[in-house]
Amino acid sequence: MLGKLDWSAIPLDQPIPLVAGGVVLVAIFGVLTWVVVKGHLPYLWREWITSVDHKRIGVMYILLASVMLLRGGSDAIMMRIQQAVAYQSPGYLPPEHYNQIFSAHGTIMIFFVAMPFVIGLMNLIVPLQLGVRDVAFPTLNSVGFWLTATGALLVNISLVVGEFARTGWLAFPPLSELSYSPGVGVDYYAWSLQISGIGTLVAGINLVTTVLKLRTKGMNYLRMPMFCWTTLASNLLIVAAFPILTATLAMLLLDRYLGFHFFTNEAGGNVMMFMNLIWAWGHPEVYILVLPAFGIFSEVVSTFSGKALFGYRSMVLATMAICVVSFMVWLHHFFTMGAGPNVNAIFGIASMIIAIPTGVKIYNWLFTMYGGRIRFATPMLWSIGFMVTFIIGGLTGVLLAVPPADFILHNSMFLVAHFHNVIIGGVLFGVFAGFEYWFPKAFGFRLDERWGKAAFWFTFIGFFITFMPLYIVGLLGMTRRMQHYDVAAWRPWMMVAVIGVAVLTIGVICQIVQIVVSVRNREALRDRTGDPWDGRSLEWSTSSPPPVFNFAFNPDVRGEDAYWDMKARAKQQMLDADGPQYRDIEMPRNSPTGFVCAFFATIMGFALIWHIWWMVILGGLGAWATFVVFAWRDHDEYVIPAAEVAAIDRLNLQQRRGLVSTAGEA
Amino acid sequence: MSEQTHDVAEHDLAPGEEEEHSVGARVLSYVVGLVLALLLTATSFFIAGTDLVWQPSIPVALIVLAIAQMGVHLVFFLHITTGPDNTNNVLALAFGLMVVLLVIGGSIWIMANLNANMMPMDHIMRMQ
Ligand code: HEM
Ligand SMILES: [Cu+2]
Repeated sequence: MLGKLDWSAIPLDQPIPLVAGGVVLVAIFGVLTWVVVKGHLPYLWREWITSVDHKRIGVMYILLASVMLLRGGSDAIMMRIQQAVAYQSPGYLPPEHYNQIFSAHGTIMIFFVAMPFVIGLMNLIVPLQLGVRDVAFPTLNSVGFWLTATGALLVNISLVVGEFARTGWLAFPPLSELSYSPGVGVDYYAWSLQISGIGTLVAGINLVTTVLKLRTKGMNYLRMPMFCWTTLASNLLIVAAFPILTATLAMLLLDRYLGFHFFTNEAGGNVMMFMNLIWAWGHPEVYILVLPAFGIFSEVVSTFSGKALFGYRSMVLATMAICVVSFMVWLHHFFTMGAGPNVNAIFGIASMIIAIPTGVKIYNWLFTMYGGRIRFATPMLWSIGFMVTFIIGGLTGVLLAVPPADFILHNSMFLVAHFHNVIIGGVLFGVFAGFEYWFPKAFGFRLDERWGKAAFWFTFIGFFITFMPLYIVGLLGMTRRMQHYDVAAWRPWMMVAVIGVAVLTIGVICQIVQIVVSVRNREALRDRTGDPWDGRSLEWSTSSPPPVFNFAFNPDVRGEDAYWDMKARAKQQMLDADGPQYRDIEMPRNSPTGFVCAFFATIMGFALIWHIWWMVILGGLGAWATFVVFAWRDHDEYVIPAAEVAAIDRLNLQQRRGLVSTAGEA
Repeated sequence: MSEQTHDVAEHDLAPGEEEEHSVGARVLSYVVGLVLALLLTATSFFIAGTDLVWQPSIPVALIVLAIAQMGVHLVFFLHITTGPDNTNNVLALAFGLMVVLLVIGGSIWIMANLNANMMPMDHIMRMQ
């Protein structure tokens, strides 16, 4: 009846996951009760859960990422403490538990923090920057988000029902095969990634189509803001790379469920093929994450330097070059697997070549700042911090791309330091910069600058204290994923790293306090102009938060830095004194399709993990039926009458007219 | 929603957007595509099992037939043409082809190399 599921699945003998799970459950129930008692449920359902508005979906993606960042962060703290105490002792985490923690940490941070955060920001901002009213496929967008949430939910369920994979974040066989991992851990891993992977693919298709097909009048390719370009590149990579991940995991699942032998040790399976395929996805994946961050930095650096981006065309070229070359380097993740010197050399050189367009970008940002009137607001601090940090991470990457060096450093703590250096210093700093920069656009008030700056400095310094020691222990020969060790020379560095994590944690707390303080002071921090930073692109030309329809008129773009241009000329049609002719606007109707689909996907995923076959069929039928109902719908749009558009827009214009008349001189 | 779609890139249509042809012409094109596709499939099955042709040429013939099959699908079902209204689709196809070639070509090269270098000891002994 219930497949493999019975009471032994609940880890009653392990206090840590149980307590952690308990706290999460209490928190969830607390929030739910509060929502229901206060009567917010209908509002949430109508305005958020069923919303197909790209801005709302973007905000929900970011919320999901933030919550999962706390979960992944707790894992990180636990691991650092373990390695600080487990010198000549077993520490406090038994091996099978420690292994689950590092696997969950990596999986969560990549798939459920970094990915939803960048996709959330792209969703929120790209249509506004393109000057359009929505993304290409609004309902599909909602489906994509909710499927991602399903994946995150399944990973968290594994905390209290069953176990998570003990195989590392990429579940290498043969360890992940049934003979070595008979439990449900790998199944939790694989099914949550399969389901959220579909969500990511859908989001990628949607954003590629949006950039290619929906741009406002005059917004030709070479006038798009840099963030739109990096969004295009990143989503092209999603569309090209995620199917590889899906196929690879599908083969692993066939091995585990139906006795196939793709990657098994026996019967002709080939483990090396898994490495090859997973990294053919894995390396493009790191650029999927970091390219949007590059876009954010471009926007922020140019805005806060008060200058147009230096070398815009070279930036576009560099972005597209990275997009292509990132598909030619994947072997650098397995130099040590035994390919010959010619293969290793060619992939090594290709890897180093990626550093060239990246370097071009760094110089462009520096030259953008050069001679500019720089304002050191929080987003700008994150950007400058990024440049310093990312250069170090990029250089250690180039070092690792030298095959002989990699034979010594592969899978050591040096590698761990490298990728945290680029992912924290690049992606995380990037999304934090974007968060601080675009928060006023999304919610209509700024974030508190003092707490924001405190968060930056603690995170920045904490990062160096945590990860520089890891480079050193790596060079001293410490390998990654050690549950305990006996080498005295490593110990002091592990103690330094744990102090660093404490500093990083203070940074996170500052960020939470920043949000709380800002929400409290929101009246004082209110932004009525829609353009709090003296911005240059179209998202700043509408109110904060923007109306559902984003723009009363699709703006007419005549050059790069579209809004800066308009402000300088101050004769844009939107700002005409006698008021333009408003027209009705059609917008897509909200739809529960995404949520309902994800609900059934959750049931199906859970049932697949536990081999509850009738429930698999039920969940599958449910999801399919939802799709059919959606496909046969009649009315998917509603009309906002011209009078309403006019009322909303006039208010917005009144508030900003003062601003526009002064901005041109800056 | 629709006004902005047509403002930009009037010359570029997404798959399925083209409307100029009459229903009859479109049905005909699908039928032609279907017949060609079936023909190519049948030929593949026939060639795979026959001894009418020189044996080593069979894999090559199958590859050629498979590529022709892709071509038929692209032209008749996905409506990829070389017309100016099709730039995006052609570029997307080119990007897809590039990625597929890189990944498959790279994988074959890497795996052949690995197989040669990581051959079990007894295999190497036998070869000597
Ligand atoms: C100049 C650019 C870069 C070069 C040359 C480079 C090179 C490398 C090499 C050679 C490895 C494999 C080392 C080993 O396993 O022994 C590696 C691992 C890794 N890199 Fe980079 N890298 C670069 C930039 C980046 C960026 C921008 C990111 C992410 C945003 C990134 C994320 C990672 C990750 C996640 C891993 C390891 C994953 C694992 O084994 O679990 N790298 N890098
Ligand atoms: Cu890589």
